[in-house]
Amino acid sequence: MSVDAGSRRRSLAAAVGRFRGHRLFQPIAVAAVLVVALVVIPAALDAFWIANFTQMALFAALAASAGMLYGRVGLVSLGQVAPYGIGTWVTMRLSFATSLPYPVLVVIGGLVAAALGVLIGLPALRVSGLYLALVTLMLAAGTEIILAELKFPNGGKGFKGSVKNLSDIRAVRRPSIATTDVGYYRFAVVGAFCVFMLAAFLLSRKPGRAWASIRQSEASALSAGVDVTRYKLLAFALASFMAGVAGGLFAGSIPKGMSTDAFNRQAAIFLIAAVIMGGIHGLWGAVLGAFFATCLLKFLTQNVAGHAFWTRFSLSLFGFGLLTNLIQSTKAAEKKGVAA
Amino acid sequence: MITVAGLTVRFGGVVSLDSMTAEFPPGTCGLIGPNGAGKTTFFNVMSGFVKPIAGRVLVDDTDLLAMPDFQRARWGLRRTFQTEQAIEGLTVFDNVATVYEHSGGGARANRRSAVMEALDFVGLADLATDYARTLRAKERRFIEVARAVVGSPKVVLLDEPAAGLPDAETAELETIIRTIPERTGATVILVDHDMALVQACCTYTAVLDFGRLLASGPTAEVLRNERVVQAYLGVDDE
Repeated sequence: MSVDAGSRRRSLAAAVGRFRGHRLFQPIAVAAVLVVALVVIPAALDAFWIANFTQMALFAALAASAGMLYGRVGLVSLGQVAPYGIGTWVTMRLSFATSLPYPVLVVIGGLVAAALGVLIGLPALRVSGLYLALVTLMLAAGTEIILAELKFPNGGKGFKGSVKNLSDIRAVRRPSIATTDVGYYRFAVVGAFCVFMLAAFLLSRKPGRAWASIRQSEASALSAGVDVTRYKLLAFALASFMAGVAGGLFAGSIPKGMSTDAFNRQAAIFLIAAVIMGGIHGLWGAVLGAFFATCLLKFLTQNVAGHAFWTRFSLSLFGFGLLTNLIQSTKAAEKKGVAA
Repeated sequence: MITVAGLTVRFGGVVSLDSMTAEFPPGTCGLIGPNGAGKTTFFNVMSGFVKPIAGRVLVDDTDLLAMPDFQRARWGLRRTFQTEQAIEGLTVFDNVATVYEHSGGGARANRRSAVMEALDFVGLADLATDYARTLRAKERRFIEVARAVVGSPKVVLLDEPAAGLPDAETAELETIIRTIPERTGATVILVDHDMALVQACCTYTAVLDFGRLLASGPTAEVLRNERVVQAYLGVDDE
């Protein structure tokens, strides 16, 4: 009986494995998620949840940037909130200063963030592991201070773009095709989808193979002819672009005025915790991590326990998840007996 | 012909290579010596991971050490590692393709055929779409060998490729190593502690001891050399 159950379980697992290994699995799964995101969710959920799923979409793009760096290139960056903040700021400032189409603003925000990403990448060429984590965390802290000083633009003039009177505060203009909340939610989903496709495209090509080599061992990558310096910088540029675009999408999701809380050090740690809990080896992990960090936490706050309890407990929960994950990965590394 | 002249490497107070001077003729050459003799250090100098304080390495007329590390692969230097480094996150095909495309192995259009040829050579063509992490130790070692021969290598360094392999698999490896020079035209340097493998693959062998060249010449002769036997087995007191 138990043998039967065991073999049945094994053959079920094998069938699932075959299904997942099928070349149509990924396209079908992506199409299914898009249909749910673009059709089912807007039809089934109210404004409160639409706002949360908007946050989830852009958080997924942000999480994918940190997850790609960590899981695919082996670089622990705690500073991804920095290009995220830069992308938000640049998109907001340009939305008041120019009449360029919103998607163009988002891309410009991403490009400015990517330029910054190369700057983050420069120290990364010299340090790795814990030291890189510390350097990038300091970068996040630096950005937090600068943003706190600079404030987010709210429709005024000058470089900072802040208004003198509270009554002059304007909301960031949204894309003309997505002015409503539901419209903007769909816009954010499509934007995040483009970010994922860009990452998936590069990961499946020559850069992706170079990154996999670097992640395994720099010595092995060098002896395969991989220009490690160039590909590490490219990884930082891409991750910062992704985070910057996520920031640009965030800019349009906030009705009026914005605090800098989303870009502080706590947010930086929370982001990497969500990324690791979601899983770092595939881009799907970023979607899962974003779901944990936004919708699941909101759901628990709304339905299971009070706000104060969950905001505190959620951090403990994520800390616990992070710790468990790190202990497991350390054990796995020891078991593998990896030599440097 | 690979010419090594006066190569010296120091790690603090330890002299790992002590003015090593040697010549490796075309074909498959053995490089043997007791643990700590400096064999892997020599490979690491060749790869650019370790900077020597003196000496040079010439391959025909090319000064190898004058090249930046990653460009040596583009020039045609390949190597395997003592702890195999097949890239776990990539398929067998992509493992080999990575070397082909990053070492400027040839035209993009020939990528598939070049990679499959290398996989055929080591007998892994059937596993091309499998991920390296799902494979057994022998197969992962053979991926490394395929990575070393794809494209147009000029020098192939094999660092204990048979370590941990059972005899039957070592025999398979032996056939592969022996045919690398005629297949690719590359000079192969084989480091291994399996003397039967070295004897079977290498017509020429150099022996290192304490970072110096102890002996070199035709393999059978070198293995009979009294000083070599002493270096390996110690001096008999009686």
